[in-house]
Amino acid sequence: MQSKRTVFPHRVLPYLLLLPQMAITVVFFLWPAGETAWSSVLREDPFGLKSSFVWFENYVRLARDPNYLGSFGTTAIFAASTAVVSIGVALILALAVDRTIRSASIYTTLIVWPYAVAPAVAGVLWWFMFNPTIGILTYLIRGTGYDWNHLLHSTDAMILVVLAASWKQVSYNFLFFVAGLQSIPMSLKEAAAIDGAGPLKRFWTIVFPLLSPTTFFLLVVNVVYAMFDTFGIIDATTAGGPGGATNILVYKVYQDGFVGLNLGSSAAQSVILMVIVIALTVVQFRYIERKVEY
Amino acid sequence: MLHAKLTAGLIGVAALLTSTTATLAATEITFWHAMGAELGKKLEQIVDGYNKSQSTYHVTPVFKGTYPEAMNGAIAAFRAHQQPDIVQVFEVGTGTMMAAKGAVYPVYQLMKDTGNEWDPKQFLPAVVGYYTDTDGNMLSFPFNSSTPILYYNKDEFQKAGLDPNTPPKTWEDLVNDSKKLMSSGAAKCGFTSGWITWIQTENFSAWHNVPIGTEQNGFGGLDAELKLNGPLQVRHWDNLKKWSDAGIFEYGGPVGGDDAPPKFYSGECAIYMNSSGSRAAVLQNSKFNVGFGFLPYYGDVKGAPQNTIIGGATLWVLQGHTPEEYKGVADFFKYLSTPAVQADWHQFSGYLPITQAAYDLGQQQGYYAKNPGSDVAIKEITLNPPTENSKGLRFGNYTQIRTIEDEEFQNLLSGKKTAQQALDSVVQRGDDLLRQFQSANQ
Repeated sequence: MQSKRTVFPHRVLPYLLLLPQMAITVVFFLWPAGETAWSSVLREDPFGLKSSFVWFENYVRLARDPNYLGSFGTTAIFAASTAVVSIGVALILALAVDRTIRSASIYTTLIVWPYAVAPAVAGVLWWFMFNPTIGILTYLIRGTGYDWNHLLHSTDAMILVVLAASWKQVSYNFLFFVAGLQSIPMSLKEAAAIDGAGPLKRFWTIVFPLLSPTTFFLLVVNVVYAMFDTFGIIDATTAGGPGGATNILVYKVYQDGFVGLNLGSSAAQSVILMVIVIALTVVQFRYIERKVEY
Repeated sequence: MLHAKLTAGLIGVAALLTSTTATLAATEITFWHAMGAELGKKLEQIVDGYNKSQSTYHVTPVFKGTYPEAMNGAIAAFRAHQQPDIVQVFEVGTGTMMAAKGAVYPVYQLMKDTGNEWDPKQFLPAVVGYYTDTDGNMLSFPFNSSTPILYYNKDEFQKAGLDPNTPPKTWEDLVNDSKKLMSSGAAKCGFTSGWITWIQTENFSAWHNVPIGTEQNGFGGLDAELKLNGPLQVRHWDNLKKWSDAGIFEYGGPVGGDDAPPKFYSGECAIYMNSSGSRAAVLQNSKFNVGFGFLPYYGDVKGAPQNTIIGGATLWVLQGHTPEEYKGVADFFKYLSTPAVQADWHQFSGYLPITQAAYDLGQQQGYYAKNPGSDVAIKEITLNPPTENSKGLRFGNYTQIRTIEDEEFQNLLSGKKTAQQALDSVVQRGDDLLRQFQSANQ
């Protein structure tokens, strides 16, 4: 490739052009992140009248708190289940749409709809359907003899939040899979078919490997979604209960900081979350983007 | 883009101008509250009544969501120097507000500074005691105080062959009644309850005259420790678990127990414990005859029933406004405590009448005779002179401690912990938060 270097005579101009983006990053990311890091080493009363520097006491407390450590496990289960369910369902739907010809666009439109639903609304929707007292699905499930009650049973609660969170994310995954499927050359599939490979065989040996970049990308995006964007769903369905069974890390930040007004601890938890996001981003860019064949 | 911004700016300036002209006419006072639905409408009516009664001040009520949301919103606003003049804070936040010297303007001080005559004795001691400092000074204005009472479905009692005019007195009665209600097919479950924390734990303790914490339930100082894992509380939680397993008791969820009211309204559960302030909603939503009663107690416990404690909320005045506004706040509070306004609010909502005069007025009007059960709350809270265990509670970080109580109660119901383990854990985790609050406020 031939590279043409364009030399700009101005020395200041590039910086000026960068400035708006830099300003946004500083104001909306670096500044608040810095403030958070600073409050995580303080102990403060809710009104901000008195504060004292306590070094890493907030972090030490967290490390010793079995509930905080438990929340890590809860988050891992929640994120993994949400990712698997939403990616799995989206893939099946995308494959189905890929086979239909006439009505594909209608299906696509319908499947994408849930993505436009606000998390809190999605949460309330599922809360209603599974409500132990008035929920229609609860009524049906109880007809089969299972006593569904997500206010008491932690497994039920986890299933509920995973369902609600996945339902919203299926649309997003679906779109990527549809696009991914369309980019797989028809000739490959036809060649395999002529060689006598059945639909399942064709899927596992041709389609799925060729979709792997999309799948990996979605895996990271879904894990990030489940860990950080599901606050509204948790708040509207289980509020972290029962007994902290669905109290994922990001919800605990809210509960301790905004409900409990324990700002130091909440800030320390945010810093830990920030580290996790940075780690996930590094994983995505460093390893997945490189190793996966696009 | 630039054009859009300019327009937005101009609108902003215009809005500012109109609001300043409004304040020129009358001093603007903002009032953040957490009263939704029926109560919210009534509150707005009352404020409207005040605004029409004079022209010097104008109070603007703003609904800020739930109690924790209103309180936390006001605190965040205070940090950003945008605080309202008045904020409604639930009783659990009292410890936090009291410790925030410099952020709150104590009501007794406000009244003194604005030259208003203000006799704390006009208020019912059981109500005001909760909100006074150790010197007996009133720190906040008790607007809506409630206490938990027992509601029951008279029609279902009749159907089960029980006397519809006799609410269960003791827990033993309640369980026997529940069994009859269930076996006769009158109701699917015996009872449900809002607020496991406030009703089945804190009020339960006061009602049986056992402590919730040391230092007179926290009134004595910041070094208080929780004592929620006493034998009686353990016995009660253990029973609730057994009753829940047997279907006698149905759990309504954490915090206020959002699922409890529909269970009662729909007739699924025949007995229901919740705030006296739920009275308006109960009467509005239930299509059967509702009976009222005292909270049940264990018949073999000496000293029970003692008296119940307060819930609900008070109005706190925040620092950082002009003297002119504070004059308005004082004037507004005086209006709110007039017998007519108080009696109206109390009779509509089921909240306690906070002044003796309002209670007397209700009696003169024959309100209590016409509405049986409407005075259950006040009788319950004044049943006996309060002891150290039944004055109320005052702990810092208590919103978080309540969350812990809810979590551990759920652990109990799901069988992960025994009652003793769950309550031990409440005490251990709660004490840790109390120590953090103590060191942040010393």
